[in-house]
Amino acid sequence: MLDRADGQIFTGNVRLVHAVGMHARPAVKLTKLAKKFQAQISVRVAGAGEWINAKSVAKIMAMRAAHGSTIEIKASGSDAEAAVAALVDLVASDFPDGAG
Amino acid sequence: MRKAIDLASGQIADLAASAGGEAAQILEFQVALLEDEDLIEAIFASIGEGRPADVAWRSTLDEQIAEYNSAADEYLQARSSDLADLRDRVVHILRGDEGEPLKIPSGGVVCADDLPPSRFLEIDWSGGGGLALLHGSPTSHVAMLARARGIPMVVQLGAIPDAGATALLDGEGATLELDPSAEQVRIFEKRRESHRKSRASARAILRRPTASWRGEHIKLLINIQRVDDLEHADAQYADGIGLMRTEFLLAGHSELPDEETQFQAYDAVLRWAGQRPVTIRTFDAGGDKPVPSFTFDGEPNPFLGVRGLRLCLARPEIFAVQLRALARAAVRGNLKVMFPMVTQADELEAGRKLFADVVQRLQADGIAAMLPELGIMVEVPAAALAVSSFKASFFSIGSNDLAQYVLACDRSNGALAPLMDPLHPAVLELISRTAEHGRRAGVSVSLCGDMAGDPRCLPALMNCGLRELSVNASALAQIKQTIDRLSSGGGVG
Repeated sequence: MLDRADGQIFTGNVRLVHAVGMHARPAVKLTKLAKKFQAQISVRVAGAGEWINAKSVAKIMAMRAAHGSTIEIKASGSDAEAAVAALVDLVASDFPDGAG
Repeated sequence: MRKAIDLASGQIADLAASAGGEAAQILEFQVALLEDEDLIEAIFASIGEGRPADVAWRSTLDEQIAEYNSAADEYLQARSSDLADLRDRVVHILRGDEGEPLKIPSGGVVCADDLPPSRFLEIDWSGGGGLALLHGSPTSHVAMLARARGIPMVVQLGAIPDAGATALLDGEGATLELDPSAEQVRIFEKRRESHRKSRASARAILRRPTASWRGEHIKLLINIQRVDDLEHADAQYADGIGLMRTEFLLAGHSELPDEETQFQAYDAVLRWAGQRPVTIRTFDAGGDKPVPSFTFDGEPNPFLGVRGLRLCLARPEIFAVQLRALARAAVRGNLKVMFPMVTQADELEAGRKLFADVVQRLQADGIAAMLPELGIMVEVPAAALAVSSFKASFFSIGSNDLAQYVLACDRSNGALAPLMDPLHPAVLELISRTAEHGRRAGVSVSLCGDMAGDPRCLPALMNCGLRELSVNASALAQIKQTIDRLSSGGGVG
């Protein structure tokens, strides 16, 4: 786990446009991409209380983000800014094949 | 524990590599779970507290499975069998009793409680065979795999049949016949052979660019009930969406859907369709589809009551929300909007006026919006008889309701089934008139009821002059093939 103290927190919001919501395939892509970064990354469905680890596929699935919901992303750590940008891009571009 | 996880991971990866395609993507979810540090840490913590590895693993997975099973979402429920699959694989490895892979003779009918995807892939299906599940779900991963490979499968059988020497599994009729008579076997084999042939050629036909009938291009579109229906493997071959129902937006929520929720659903479908046309039908509530806080209660005869466009015009505040979402979606793709249950030309004009006002207000607020092409469903006999009085950009014949109103038969009343014949000359006459008007006025006419997906009705529909049909994605291949066969002088097959 990463030291929070060294970095600024970066955040991003993105609407989930995937037709069936955050189901198995998108969840696997999202966690795979998140794991490429050192940063500690959390996501939640906008308005929901709890932030969850973007690198845990079980938790991303349990989040049950529906089609059309907004996903909030926050990250801290050395490559946090790039991580947020990459994840926003993945969700916004509807989890293209080959990504993640 | 670590070793078991690595071993399981390797086994699944091998399976995925040999299966490829869709199967590989399904198994990827299981591999991702094994690589989920949060999940695994919880298990190690539990082992640290002194629990045996297999118990810790099993109880953690069972918790997840219970959570998935309790979800309202059918999709998530279906995923629980992937988790059970993974749970059992690792448990077997931990106990060292993984043993030999299932030895199931090729061509056999496999009967099980449920079958996990990885087990399905371990079975040799090359000689045919079938799958009979006591539980299971048609949206499960194993069902997707079976469908993709053309393995007949029946789910929700309920009880275990006593073992029989011979079994006939009919995936179409959803039946399992044990120890059938020689005659039953003979009939079944004949049916199976013709099914196999037609299926193979239908799949091939699907890939051809367009259907045609005696040189004329036949547009084949699909009906969807919800956005997920686009995931059907054959949907991509459609010429567009002939009917997107929007009632799913009204179901299962305590409140009516807001504009943004609706816009997202419409936009998702338009993005999927690209340049292809998408016809969205405004809320068709009422009749046999009551919706709390929307439809009128206590109507003595709801099928002849305030339903479809009648209801929307009576509830302009609810209708306006849908029209706003549609007006915004109209700038995103090739959108057409149609009103259901229209009787008079004035109703279409009243709907058009509301729509135009909504567009104007959106534009005044600087929001991108436009009025899409407007059409009507032809399902009230009066509309079919006076079709030329409607200034519609297109017509779509709702043959189920049209037949029920023309024949004065409640379509949900089984006692009337023999009378409920969509091929009754009176029904065909109205379809012909509508198609004829369309041809003269240069306005497209399609048919989106069950008739369009019924091969036996196709000759009549072609003879009525229809050149555009909208069917469920699962019927697309068969309908395309039947048109092809009819066109070259053959029967309906």
